[in-house]
Amino acid sequence: MPNKKFETLRSTCVPLPVENVDTDQIIPARFLKATTKEGFGDNLFRDWRYDKQNQPIGAFVLNNPTYKGEILVAGKNFGSGSSREHAAWAIVGYGFKVVVSSFFADIFKNNALNNGLLPVQVSAGFLEKIFAAVKNNANTQLEVNLLDQKITLLATGESESFEINSYKKTCLLNGYDDIDYLLSNREKIEAYEASRKFAL
Amino acid sequence: MGKTLFDKVWDAHVVSEIEGGPSILYIDRHLVHEVTSPQAFAGLEARGIEVFRPERTVATPDHNVPTINQHLPIKDLLSKTQVETLARNTEKHGIRHFGLNHPYQGVVHVVGPELGLTLPGMTIVCGDSHTATHGAFGSVAFGIGTSEVEMVLASQCILQPKPKRMKINIDGKLGKGVTAKDIILYIISKISASGGTGYFIEYTGSAIRSLSMEGRMTICNMSIEMGARGGLIAPDEVTFEYVKGREFAPKGNDWDKLMDFWKTLHTDSNASFDWELNYNAGDIEPMITYGTNPGMGLGITESIPTLDSVEPSTKATFEKALNYMGFEEGSPMIGKKVDYVFVGSCTNGRIEDLRAFANFVKGRKKADNIVAWIVPGSKQVEKQAVEEGLDKILNEAGFELRQPGCSACLAMNDDKIPEGNYSVATSNRNFEGRQGPGARTLLASPLTAAAAAITGKITDPRTFL
Ligand code: SF4
Repeated sequence: MPNKKFETLRSTCVPLPVENVDTDQIIPARFLKATTKEGFGDNLFRDWRYDKQNQPIGAFVLNNPTYKGEILVAGKNFGSGSSREHAAWAIVGYGFKVVVSSFFADIFKNNALNNGLLPVQVSAGFLEKIFAAVKNNANTQLEVNLLDQKITLLATGESESFEINSYKKTCLLNGYDDIDYLLSNREKIEAYEASRKFAL
Repeated sequence: MGKTLFDKVWDAHVVSEIEGGPSILYIDRHLVHEVTSPQAFAGLEARGIEVFRPERTVATPDHNVPTINQHLPIKDLLSKTQVETLARNTEKHGIRHFGLNHPYQGVVHVVGPELGLTLPGMTIVCGDSHTATHGAFGSVAFGIGTSEVEMVLASQCILQPKPKRMKINIDGKLGKGVTAKDIILYIISKISASGGTGYFIEYTGSAIRSLSMEGRMTICNMSIEMGARGGLIAPDEVTFEYVKGREFAPKGNDWDKLMDFWKTLHTDSNASFDWELNYNAGDIEPMITYGTNPGMGLGITESIPTLDSVEPSTKATFEKALNYMGFEEGSPMIGKKVDYVFVGSCTNGRIEDLRAFANFVKGRKKADNIVAWIVPGSKQVEKQAVEEGLDKILNEAGFELRQPGCSACLAMNDDKIPEGNYSVATSNRNFEGRQGPGARTLLASPLTAAAAAITGKITDPRTFL
């Protein structure tokens, strides 16, 4: 179904300065048994967030009331491992709209975009600046402007531009969805099928 | 300018290109399992549309299924619901489905090749990152998310930007006791768990050519563990010999025609790659991982790095991993205690892997401190293992053959490694909690797993060969 339109977002952020956060951490396999997309946010980072007695682990950032916001800021190579889209559903379900990292795994990036979650890739240096600023002041705000492809650390005004392919950008800005687009191309697809020399 | 194998297959499947965006890529084969598909079918229904080309999709349940007493109803109600939902969805949409008690059921990436559903030159996708396995046949195969599963069901196409091309060449002869699994763990340890991101890899060289199809699948399977979109190997006589005569493989005239096409599937001599790496097979020893991502691997006779020796930027990750694993920096791998041995998965759950394990343990005995789960990748693998008498060899040595499924590879069923326990696993991921909450996983080959199963600790398999 079509996603919500993405507009400029200003928010405080939740820092997770860990590298190689894989999708098994984002949503452990035992929570993949649902047949709908709802409810995954409750188990986002389950094993980092709760202990065996299901008590919140105070040291984990999602349990720390100092940090809140709609932007998750994470270390390098975020979303590696399993292709489970449940990871994106969990992040969106929890309430994040943007994930910032210095590097994203490919499949995660696609899954995020397909769910209206914007992955913003910044330089390692800029990521360090964000972490430092948030550590210093938890109320530090970031602004993510998709139209201009710019992310700004509002306290200092420092900003960086980020990449997104123009098709995906249009989709996000307008809330379009890939399936509608593919369905509108069915004739082309049929013509392709008819034209193949070696049909496998 | 010549074309790479990857370009040839990819370009032949581009329906059209979007300005500044991805391509519409036609998909020949779509594999489906129970975990990543229910929301996609629900999406189709919400849109009120049918599956566009149901004959191109094949489904089997694998992630959730029990590996004992498969004839009984599944006890876990959520798993049962997912497995039943797959049966219902596939029936409703006219999709071929190998259900739990079907003779072709198994891990989706083991089933495709063994039934001849995986062919050279195809584009193949599945809502599963280890779809890369099928690249061993010279197909462009990669994992997708559930939204993309819905796209393929709806249009037999997905939108994909074209990855960059990378070549990894491994020449030379593998040493005794060194297997395909060791090659790929070695490569990942060199370029890291994210080093291949954005690339599609072609594996070449005499060491790759010398591998069986099973070994080639093990290599391609783990391409994703270095972040790559997928990996592939040019088809050759070994490939054609493997495919020929399989249940769904083309026959007669169709076969001959396709052979003409398949023989063109190689990288032209004047084609270029965005990145090329060369390794020597002789430098590789049996490998094992010590940390919590597949890039944290080393030769079995080596010691874990010291904190001082790792790059400053990865120190925190390194410390966190050692802490989780309960390992000391600088300590040797050999001799570390092991509690569980898991042989199976789409990486090493094929007949060749079971043979290697069985031959190794033949005439020996399982160590008392070890719990071992030997899980065939499919019903066909299980059947063949029994026909070859591998089950008897295993029983005599104190092991038993279970029933097929993903099992302890991701521990969605009851096969969970208890917290804090050490597991030598032939699967592909050693992430925190992958084999169960708190489980500690060491990835290795079936031979290294067998050596651990016999001695109860990490042991160089070469000392037995
Ligand atoms: S065996 Fe493991 S890696 Fe392979 S499909 Fe199953 S869960 Fe995924």
